[in-house]
Amino acid sequence: MKDLLKNLVEAFGPAGNEGPIREILRTEVEGLVDEVKVDALGNLIAIRKGSGPRVMIAAHMDEIGVIVTHIDEKGFLRFSNIGGISPFMLIGQRVVFANGTVGAFGAEKLDDIKDLKLNKMFIDIGAKDEKSAKEKVTIGDIGAFYRQANFQGDRVIAKSLDNRAGCAVLVKTLKELAGREIPNQVYAVFTVQEELGLRGAKTAAYGVNPDVGFAVDVTGTGDTPEAPTMAVKLGEGPTIKVKDSVVLTHPRVRQFMMEVAKNKGIPYQLEILERGGTDTGPIHLTREGVPSGAISVPTRYIHTPSEMADINDMENAVKLFVAILEAKLDEAIL
Amino acid sequence: MLLKTLTEAFGVSGQEQEVAGILREHVSPHCDKVETDALRNVIAIKSGSKGSPKVMLTAHMDEIGLMVMYIEKSGTLRFKSIGGVDPRVLVSKSVYVGRNRIPGVIGAKPIHLQKREEADKPFDLDGLFIDIGAKDKDEAERLVNLGDGIIFATKYEDIGNTRAKAKAFDDRIGCAVLARLLMMEKRWDFTIQGVFTAQEEVGGRGAQVASYALEPDIAIAFEGTTASDVPGSKEHLYSTSLGKGPALTHADASFVADPRLVRRLMEVAEAKGIPYQMRELTTGGTDAGRIHLSREGIPAGLVSVPTRYIHSPVSIIDKNDFENAIKLMAAFLDSIEERGLPF
Repeated sequence: MKDLLKNLVEAFGPAGNEGPIREILRTEVEGLVDEVKVDALGNLIAIRKGSGPRVMIAAHMDEIGVIVTHIDEKGFLRFSNIGGISPFMLIGQRVVFANGTVGAFGAEKLDDIKDLKLNKMFIDIGAKDEKSAKEKVTIGDIGAFYRQANFQGDRVIAKSLDNRAGCAVLVKTLKELAGREIPNQVYAVFTVQEELGLRGAKTAAYGVNPDVGFAVDVTGTGDTPEAPTMAVKLGEGPTIKVKDSVVLTHPRVRQFMMEVAKNKGIPYQLEILERGGTDTGPIHLTREGVPSGAISVPTRYIHTPSEMADINDMENAVKLFVAILEAKLDEAIL
Repeated sequence: MLLKTLTEAFGVSGQEQEVAGILREHVSPHCDKVETDALRNVIAIKSGSKGSPKVMLTAHMDEIGLMVMYIEKSGTLRFKSIGGVDPRVLVSKSVYVGRNRIPGVIGAKPIHLQKREEADKPFDLDGLFIDIGAKDKDEAERLVNLGDGIIFATKYEDIGNTRAKAKAFDDRIGCAVLARLLMMEKRWDFTIQGVFTAQEEVGGRGAQVASYALEPDIAIAFEGTTASDVPGSKEHLYSTSLGKGPALTHADASFVADPRLVRRLMEVAEAKGIPYQMRELTTGGTDAGRIHLSREGIPAGLVSVPTRYIHSPVSIIDKNDFENAIKLMAAFLDSIEERGLPF
């Protein structure tokens, strides 16, 4: 899990520019499934054929980032956000573009740091002028944070655990299931543009037309000093989602997930995320409606370059997914 | 003249019939089929010898405006906004109420009677009303109905050497680009689905159902987009500038343009020497946002004519940008005939 996770979190793939992470994931899943395809928006869809209900399991592969909006005569880049980014979090960080160009975030002179806004910031790629800047980047280029992953004991600190942690869970689940007969058809979808409004999952779910849907993503925790109230802790198991901003999980799906976890002795926590949504939202509203649930990996400091999660929660998320997909979902849920 | 007729037409979101009529009249002789769907999008089909691919081109017919919500005993009208209207620009403007164009003025408490703290703040909608000259409610009710749309009474005028001012360039300028493309003599060998959409300003509603019905292989929307190249704006926040050519979008708040499609647009512009610029803001949304998420997803793009002072009673464009948008799109369509889709 650690090697896979390191490979995925350090990969490049901000929303709208998921090419590199998609190729890594394609390499990981080819051979584990019967068919791999990419749809019009760039979602990667790995299909395990067979009989039984069609089950969509989704993890978004995009990460937050920035988009270049303007290049000035001195070679500084102005930018806007791709996904939810606080300007305060950018100070001292580095950005990397698809071609490997690295830049530092800088800010205009401010009387009060509270006045910091993205449009008062810029990216410095060390270019001497506009011309040399334009040789390396163009307007519309989307960049991601530049960070290595650190593993300490069971914990990992990295950029993009949101949602490469979920991608790792899906890949590992497909690995566990490879060569085994299960009573469901599985459509594992690595979605695009989740951070821009759950966009990839919407078109992927329409195309897959699933009978049951699950998403795996990260969720917040309430276990740090003076944290907002939230009954989720690192290392106490993956969460079974009850509610977030875009879904109330189907009660039968949630009940079934809890029973599976209890029967298999897999630790879990129940999750109520007050702000934020995930791909389960568009999936459950597809066509005539799809009974859907979600598993989350508890993660601290989400949407920063230093997110933290516990490897055991991911391993247990894999166990839970495998157990779910081994069950006769038509009898259990439909 | 198409720009004058279109921009002076009445077409608040949901009440686009007059604009639809003008467009149907202009494009029908050049298309195989022109239909109106349930949400009153106008769909004009121009098929070529091969039939495929299906290329959807859209522009929205509706404009931002106001709607009559209440008639006072005194005969003045209370109203709400339809789409994103800045209430600070409304006071003392001349308007037309309803499709019968009842003239009115947006009134407010006169400055002589305002308290000091009132005079220091712009009026909000609650402090404004429309006076149509009616002496009481009965007289007003004979002229207007609750729910009537209200447009600004702005005439089209050419100004400067190449510029024009009018209301509703967002998005009648896009409608004009699309109409001119459909009216061309040339027939491409694939199918063009020209869609004049309804209700964009209230959330891309017309485009959502039209793209579901038409299932195109690719879609491009035409817009009048913000140009903030004016005093008080910093250069990196201009977004677009008048006269520098049509603007292409990489991403806005509603979608990320398909990069292959954007690259093709840039390639054909450069090959033909057509000026273009990149839209440098990522705020705002358009019909492309709804279209690209239709069914299994549709690669989409956006071509805009820079427009100063959009979402106000009067805006300004440069007609060269308009002509160049048409040239760019014609060259793009030629490229599909020659080389196929860019993916």
